[in-house]
Amino acid sequence: MKVIVFGCGRTGTTLSLQLAKRGHEVTVIEQLPQAVRRLGPDHQCKIVIGSGLDDDVLEKAGVQHADAFFALTRGDNTNLMAAQLVKIKYGVPKVCVKVADPLRADAYRKLGYFCISPSSLTAGMMRDWINEEPYGIIDTYNQLPPELEI
Amino acid sequence: MYMILVGGGNVGLQLAKRLLAHNHEVLVVERDPRQYQRLCSLIGEENVFLGDGCEMMMQKEAGFGRADVVVAVTGEDEDNLIVCQMAKVVWNVDRVVARINDPSHEAIFQQIGIDDTVSATGIIYSLIEQQITPDLMLPVGALNRGNIEVVEVELSSRSPVVNKKVRDIALPHQTMIVWILREDHGLMVDGDTVLQAGDTLVALVPRSSAEDLRQLLLPVKVV
Repeated sequence: MKVIVFGCGRTGTTLSLQLAKRGHEVTVIEQLPQAVRRLGPDHQCKIVIGSGLDDDVLEKAGVQHADAFFALTRGDNTNLMAAQLVKIKYGVPKVCVKVADPLRADAYRKLGYFCISPSSLTAGMMRDWINEEPYGIIDTYNQLPPELEI
Repeated sequence: MYMILVGGGNVGLQLAKRLLAHNHEVLVVERDPRQYQRLCSLIGEENVFLGDGCEMMMQKEAGFGRADVVVAVTGEDEDNLIVCQMAKVVWNVDRVVARINDPSHEAIFQQIGIDDTVSATGIIYSLIEQQITPDLMLPVGALNRGNIEVVEVELSSRSPVVNKKVRDIALPHQTMIVWILREDHGLMVDGDTVLQAGDTLVALVPRSSAEDLRQLLLPVKVV
């Protein structure tokens, strides 16, 4: 698959290297040239420096032919805007968004976006660990904890 | 009306001052503590809220649920987009307005349903364009949420409607020439008014017919 990863932080790096190793064609979009050094010297990814909110940058990264797009910068709003841009404007079939704020993740899940909320995942697994409860499947963690509902 | 402004930079501050002068209930949401202090001293702390306007809990505290209007005027398009979208989708706010800093983002704002956008860069660009290129139709205002445009057109001698009576011009449906500026004098317009080179026309036109009007009044471009 042709995959675009927007954001070469820790999550973006880890995902890009794994996908490239499994034979996917990975393009990484990253603002900061120094950040892509995280990928190490031997990576198989194509790199485009710039913002994933910029049409020119997205097109340079091949968004028109991409099968999947991951929005993984540290900015929730940047990720959510990029996700909507590539889904609505470019029709990318699979879009995954990292959204730290569990409430915002929930709101955009209801709008049809596949949002992963690291805060909810981490907190949920820590809760089960300290309570010595068996770990659940991902969906039990990746949803809005009722305690946060407003 | 209760108006929430997200982003307390210069745009937010000036807008808040004007809205307060018109006796609206105004709350400026600002996340930077220093800028918050500054706003408090300038427009009163009852009109300022310290917090991230993109967070739902802050939105609840700030009263998004009862806001008549939410205006997002931060310097970041992604923040303005998400604030407006959440105001609409989560809080059912009737009217949302977003500032756009990068004009190329205008399309995505519209596609996700944020109709009211203000792009300062775009406006300045079109003003400059008007100054340097003749034969342009300049939007000067909008009525009915932008469905009706108020436009200004200066007629050059090359315009196909020069020396014609207004009644002989096939204006698009629901379009009206309302006023003419001719040599520093304003003229009321009726069917017998004859258009002259150098006239500046002010017209009301439905947005969908604006392009037809432009083609009618302005000379065909030779490329």
